[in-house]
Amino acid sequence: MSLMQRISLIFRAKADKALDRAEDPRETLDYSYKRQLDLLSKVRRGVADVATSRKRVELQVGQLQQQSDKLTQQAQKALSLGREDLAREALTRKSALTQQMADLQAQRDQLQGEEEKLTLASQRLQAKVESFRTQKETIKAKYTAAEASTRINEAFSGISEEMGDVGMAVQRAEDKTAQMQARSGAIDELIASGALDDVSAINRGDDISRELDALSSTSDVESELAALKAGTSAGAAPQALEAGDTTPPAQVEAAPVAEPGREGGQP
Amino acid sequence: MIVRILTEGQYDVADDRLDGLNELDSALEKAVEAGDAVAFSQSLGALLDAVRTGGSPLAADVLQDSDLILPPSDATIEEVRELLGDDGLIPG
Repeated sequence: MSLMQRISLIFRAKADKALDRAEDPRETLDYSYKRQLDLLSKVRRGVADVATSRKRVELQVGQLQQQSDKLTQQAQKALSLGREDLAREALTRKSALTQQMADLQAQRDQLQGEEEKLTLASQRLQAKVESFRTQKETIKAKYTAAEASTRINEAFSGISEEMGDVGMAVQRAEDKTAQMQARSGAIDELIASGALDDVSAINRGDDISRELDALSSTSDVESELAALKAGTSAGAAPQALEAGDTTPPAQVEAAPVAEPGREGGQP
Repeated sequence: MIVRILTEGQYDVADDRLDGLNELDSALEKAVEAGDAVAFSQSLGALLDAVRTGGSPLAADVLQDSDLILPPSDATIEEVRELLGDDGLIPG
């Protein structure tokens, strides 16, 4: 027997076994319909679960992207300050992040694929369940229990195969999502622990930032000094006057605001 | 002839395509027996493509059982063995 036929037989036998039959075939119809609705809501939950996981991975990709951009800026700044060694270090760290991001992007695509597959499965099942409901009502209205059994068998084998298939799709999506959740959990931990933060330095804690800050404050001092020296020549005086003109009105405006607060506080 | 690709849906395939499918199927079977993962994914891909291109999707609201049922496109050899009940550990 061919592989296709063996799989078909085994799959069908399993799917049929999953649908218990009652003594009265018409009761079986109602029972089966209830099971179909249960499965339908399970598939819909599955779609929502996969979507949640996908969004979580997207969020992580976004976080890593920010950190990566930050490292690029740091590299540019380091280079402009003549520190090629720092720029190199920043770019090295960035390339590690790029790897992580490519990995997450692949996971995202896979989750998206599962989501689409499950969405289609849920639409198919919905249509078949609706079809089954119509046939069920017809059979119950028109036929006696004995007559109904052939028709019921036909409707059953169609729906049980679909239910087995959809059940399998949900199971596979759940397995894949669980694997990825474990991995993205690890990345969340990395982000939370600051291991990735340290690399890209959103806060000022890391070594590249500290060196850059030190460098740029030194060069700021130098350039300010240069500006002051230049300021002894003509252009500097009017600038200082303009600055003096704008400051006092701001102080006057601020005063009345502060006073009601003081009055309110005293009684 | 109705063919189901698991987790994907059912296709209506003309009966005269069966010989071609059988050829692809025996290649797949050999790959499973040999435990050759590369040959397996190639022949599974070829078999499923033949169904997709040679058949038309069955309307979603049709309640009909399939003449043939095929593994999902992303199935592994292990999964197919499991589908076949070849693990030998669970009796019955």
